[in-house]
Amino acid sequence: MKISRIFKTIFMADFTAGLIIAIKQIFKPKKTINYPFEKGKISPRFRGEHALRRYPNGEERCIACKLCEAVCPAQAITIESEIKADGGRKTTKYDIDMLKCIYCGLCEESCPVEAIVQGPNFEFATETREELYYDKKKLLANGDKWETALAENIKADAPFN
Amino acid sequence: MTYFSIFFNEIYKIIFLLLPILVSVALVVWLDRRVWALVQKRKGPNVVGPFGLLQTLADALKYMFKEIIIPSSANKIIFILAPIITLTLALIAWAVIPFSREMVLADINVGILYLFAMSSLSVYGIIMGGWASNSKYPFLGAIRSAAQMISYEVSIGIIIINVLLCVGSLNLNKIVMAQENVWFIFPLFPMFVIFFISSLAETNRPPFDLPEAESELVAGYQTEYSGMMYAMFWLGEYANILLLCSLGSILFLGGWLSPINIYPFNLLPGAFWMIFKIIGLFILFSLVKTIVPRYRFDQLMRLGWKIFLPLSLIWVILTASFLFFLDILPKV
Repeated sequence: MKISRIFKTIFMADFTAGLIIAIKQIFKPKKTINYPFEKGKISPRFRGEHALRRYPNGEERCIACKLCEAVCPAQAITIESEIKADGGRKTTKYDIDMLKCIYCGLCEESCPVEAIVQGPNFEFATETREELYYDKKKLLANGDKWETALAENIKADAPFN
Repeated sequence: MTYFSIFFNEIYKIIFLLLPILVSVALVVWLDRRVWALVQKRKGPNVVGPFGLLQTLADALKYMFKEIIIPSSANKIIFILAPIITLTLALIAWAVIPFSREMVLADINVGILYLFAMSSLSVYGIIMGGWASNSKYPFLGAIRSAAQMISYEVSIGIIIINVLLCVGSLNLNKIVMAQENVWFIFPLFPMFVIFFISSLAETNRPPFDLPEAESELVAGYQTEYSGMMYAMFWLGEYANILLLCSLGSILFLGGWLSPINIYPFNLLPGAFWMIFKIIGLFILFSLVKTIVPRYRFDQLMRLGWKIFLPLSLIWVILTASFLFFLDILPKV
């Protein structure tokens, strides 16, 4: 026992074993991805940048029920609404303060008509704070931009809802 | 007129030695980071330039544009002098390194002594930096570094005596030539191992990076340095590492000799084999960095004084008596 320990110390057996392991690791596939050029896979449930969706005929989905405003734990959402000529309730103001938002996904979960959703986009960093106070126009534009991905994600997640 | 031509000839030679060394220091930093990353299953710097080769250049550019902060309580002159001394001492030692039989700036007869003296002096840059910062972490780092470098220089010196016993000359070219038949790594293998570990300690590389142990001393003697002054410490450190790699390859791995003296190998120039061996040793340096945890300070001192020093002394006696009784002492 003790003699073997001495031999191990003299010939640096543990060190050599470690060195061999380290050399083996060099040739193994790497975990890193070259981020701006290739991106990691994200789940359909990913909670990224917000978007307001429309029906296929171009009508806004949001019915101004204000559930998202009520449920929002960070109180980041502000909604004002009115009754349109056809009797439907529509929002006149739908602001999200993206700096307050904690990306919990409760607004998406509470929405009865799948109007407010959190899309797969996570690269919306800006240079000023003002740019992150999203208004209705910006959210609808987001919805139009990401509609394909959003619809796909909702479809993929539907069996689990 | 002849005076000027000699003067410019020397300057030209020095520039042609210094520029490749500075470039190779930059490349070696990249290599170090790359090897470190590969062992940890990362990719390492690979964006700036081909394979990320220009990463160090980009870093150096960044350091150049950073503000140099001098603490108000620091001793300004010594504070500024310290990185300059570190870099200068690391670079002037290269004057005697032979890259082939002719490719050597100063083929002096006390080459190894000069080399050893310069690498011993490099501790001054660190002590001055640590002391002049007038702050606790740099001071502790400098004290540690002084103790560590002095302890390990003792065993490196005795290992060099081993090699000199077999050669009979202090000239680095003669040391290389003496290894034409057999590299000294084979008869003196334990000494090579001790030399390698001591040179890790001498250059403050992990597992002996106690002077800059970031978990204990922030960054050791470099804590108060910023901008280009920090970069100079960092360049000096890597130039020193390369210097000890080349010293190791000259003493034990046959310097610029090709591994086997047969047709396809001995066609290549000596400089190629020298650089090949330096890079090989450097990769070993960076592999060691990836796998070993840092030593405690008392363990470091124990290893230096109680194990390496007696072991290398015993080996000197063994080598000397072996050479004496077999009557193969080199003729001086």
